[in-house]
Amino acid sequence: MSSFNTDIAIIGGGGAGLRAAIAAAEENPELSVLLISKVYPVRSHTVSAEGGIAGVMSEDDSHEKHCFDTIRGSDYLADQDAVEFFVNEAPKEIIQLEHWGCPWSREENGDVAVRAFGGMSTKRTVYAADKTGFYMLHSLFERSLKYPNIKRLDEYFVTKLVTDFDSTGGETNNEKRAEAMPSEKHTEAENISAKTPRVIGCIAMNLQTGELVSISAKTTILATGGAGKVYSFTTNALIKTGDGMALAYKAGAELKDMEFVQFHPTGLPRTGILITEGARGEGGYLLNNLGERFMERYLPNKMELGPRDIISRSIMSEIKAGRGFSGPYGEYVHLDIRHLGEEKINEKLPLVREMSLDFAGVDPINEPIPVMPVVHYSMGGVATNVNAKSSLKGLFAAGETACVSINGANRLGSNSLAECLVFGARAGLECAKECKSSKLIHVSARELADEENRIAELLQRTGSKTVATVKTKLQEIMQKHAGIERDHEGLVIGLNQILSLKRELKNIELGDKAKLFNTELTGYLELENMFVIAEAILRSALDRKESRGSHTRSDFTERNDEEFLHHTHVLQDQKATMSLSRKPVTITKWKPQPRVY
Amino acid sequence: METTTTRVLVKRYSPPQPSPYFQSFELPFSNDMTVLDLLTKIKENEDGSLTFRSSCRMGMCGSCAMTVNGKPVLTCQTYAKDVVKENKPMLVEPLRNFPVIKDLIVDIGDVFEKMRSTMPYVERMEKKAIADGTYKQSSKERKKLEKTSQCIKCMICYSACPVYGYEKDFIGPAAAALAERYNQDSHESAEHKNERMNTITSEKGVWKCSFVGECSSACPKRVDPAQALQRLKIMGSLHIAKEVTKKIINKP
Ligand SMILES: Cc1cc2nc3c(=O)[nH]c(=O)nc-3n(C[C@H](O)[C@H](O)[C@H](O)COP(=O)(O)OP(=O)(O)OC[C@H]3O[C@@H](n4cnc5c(N)ncnc54)[C@H](O)[C@@H]3O)c2cc1C
Repeated sequence: MSSFNTDIAIIGGGGAGLRAAIAAAEENPELSVLLISKVYPVRSHTVSAEGGIAGVMSEDDSHEKHCFDTIRGSDYLADQDAVEFFVNEAPKEIIQLEHWGCPWSREENGDVAVRAFGGMSTKRTVYAADKTGFYMLHSLFERSLKYPNIKRLDEYFVTKLVTDFDSTGGETNNEKRAEAMPSEKHTEAENISAKTPRVIGCIAMNLQTGELVSISAKTTILATGGAGKVYSFTTNALIKTGDGMALAYKAGAELKDMEFVQFHPTGLPRTGILITEGARGEGGYLLNNLGERFMERYLPNKMELGPRDIISRSIMSEIKAGRGFSGPYGEYVHLDIRHLGEEKINEKLPLVREMSLDFAGVDPINEPIPVMPVVHYSMGGVATNVNAKSSLKGLFAAGETACVSINGANRLGSNSLAECLVFGARAGLECAKECKSSKLIHVSARELADEENRIAELLQRTGSKTVATVKTKLQEIMQKHAGIERDHEGLVIGLNQILSLKRELKNIELGDKAKLFNTELTGYLELENMFVIAEAILRSALDRKESRGSHTRSDFTERNDEEFLHHTHVLQDQKATMSLSRKPVTITKWKPQPRVY
Repeated sequence: METTTTRVLVKRYSPPQPSPYFQSFELPFSNDMTVLDLLTKIKENEDGSLTFRSSCRMGMCGSCAMTVNGKPVLTCQTYAKDVVKENKPMLVEPLRNFPVIKDLIVDIGDVFEKMRSTMPYVERMEKKAIADGTYKQSSKERKKLEKTSQCIKCMICYSACPVYGYEKDFIGPAAAALAERYNQDSHESAEHKNERMNTITSEKGVWKCSFVGECSSACPKRVDPAQALQRLKIMGSLHIAKEVTKKIINKP
């Protein structure tokens, strides 16, 4: 079959996508929900989340506290209305998953257990051993099998979002977009005006046959996850190439706060495989080569349980001061959990042990684990409001690919799994509502044919470069110039290098010319997307001449609320170049203060 | 870091080619490289058309299961140094018992359908509202799910199973473990368990298992599907006996 019609198309089968699908399917069993994913849903990267999921579950905790921790953690860049909504919904989602059978770990008395996490002022992170994401994803997937109105297209790679601008012909898209460009005076409601394009579906490639299909949908949800793969050293899976953000951008949607990239303090050298923050939540120490718990020097009140941006920077300072260890894959510090004892390690942190043994050759019961800061999470993404709506009609986004923003300049660990559920569900419900009044517009045959031609051209192209060499180069540039510490000069160099490397795309010859399951071709398409993400990160980082959260500028070392208490938005302008704008942060009751712990 | 050189024989197949063939690569590796690292190197540097699945590279997503030297394994967790035998090439083939789509990629859709047929979700007897919070579950009850709930659906057990090789109707190890996982859940209602047992004790069901236990020895997550199958057989016999008795009693 080469075309599908559906009420709701959901792109992405991770935590956010599956939750959206179930929410919509439950809300209205008459709705058709199509879940499209480039990998089988259980292969999505949510599966690797380890430490836990945050929500106010115990009596001595409060919504107020969770809001404040999140907002302070975000370095006051989170939108506070979104945070309040999120904090209110998160416990409900955790309970909902429990009702569906997700096996959260338990306290002695049979209640759902909570553990401490970085930047959280009290224990509020629910977990399932240290395989929280795995249990969550599989529980959601298994539950999704109950609903006959959820249909799946597994191993379908979405290559393009289609808008009604694309399908009507006549004026060029960019001219239309120029008219639609919001001027500064417009309010948000006006921005989604009659002239903004409407997303009417997408084009996807059935990997198992190589065939392209068109999918017409009344509403579309992007749940495509993060973009850690634009760096060379990351905890992220190979599939995390920021596709959804790039698809949205190319369709004319706004991306937001792309400069904020989280470095997790504890990745294993060489692979970047994550050792969960849960290891410190359970009492683990960070040690330098003198055997000192060096966080004493930087954050004595929080020690190892400070927010990630601060801990990662502290590790880098230790290394710079010569107090790190050096190994074949760079300098590192130690994460020591030996004092927790074998029993606790096996019960609470089995995966930490498994990962250390398998990927670092270290048994944490007897030895400290070598760790270094590693790219982990994209705070930025497709700009959405509290209802998961993007700046384009018909297009929603949720999970790591979206930026509401509850994470601002720095996400607190364990907030993002909760974010996937809360805003996934929200997106599903909003779409169900919108489907009542919106009509299906068909993706035209011409649109499909154009995309077929583009792919055919790629397969035939000859050139001297390979996907792997250009991808590696892109990752190295980002690692070097858009890392933990940035400055104007480095960012300019990085941007110029990325823009000139981008021209090499045309010289890439694919190593596989077959139609069937062509992972070179998907690798190429992902690489195109990665260029959008890289450019957006660099341009946004250049524009933010201050240090806030994960974004540290060595040439502007302080936070500067006067000039930079705003979100950075990027949009493709009429000349198909990236343009930046600034949008206000929503502040409800928590006035920005110095971020002290 | 020290490197050794090995010859890797990879089974290739790409329709409409009539039959598979082995392609040989010679390449160096260090002690910290996995089989997946080697395959990635081949794809990046030698032959971009080599096709395999992989994603998390940390043993959680289940994408990269293949047959290495005759054994089904997760290639991201299998170190080259552990499988390279002196003077012998390393043999990399797709998982067995599945139709091959291309090179090292097999069609696993059938197992996902089998999993669906086990109704892998909890239907509670009494339903609480979300506002009323969570249910209780003791550590002991939670422990009952410990093994079966670890399944990552990597399909290694199906590749190891001698029965699934010729009997595609057999429910097979992972789907059986999934059924057992939900049967054992302290929250599951008797009714839903009953419904599940009806499917499982159907003609295809669990009966075909010959208890060789290959699935459990191959499982990278120690799920022990063989034990699950055994339990399901016992529970299944009881279930059938009960259903028959019910029918006799209910006869007018
Ligand atoms: C190692 C690790 C540990 C983590 N631990 C925690 C933790 O303990 N707590 C916490 O809160 N957060 C944690 N996080 C973060 C959290 O796991 C992620 O933010 C979250 O799981 C993202 O879920 P998602 O649904 O947005 O995307 P994903 O789970 O990444 O799913 C993306 C989906 O989109 C699909 N997709 C992408 N592109 C395309 C395309 N072009 N066409 C079709 N389909 C496409 C993919 O197939 C996939 O199904 C961790 C992250 C990592 C990397």
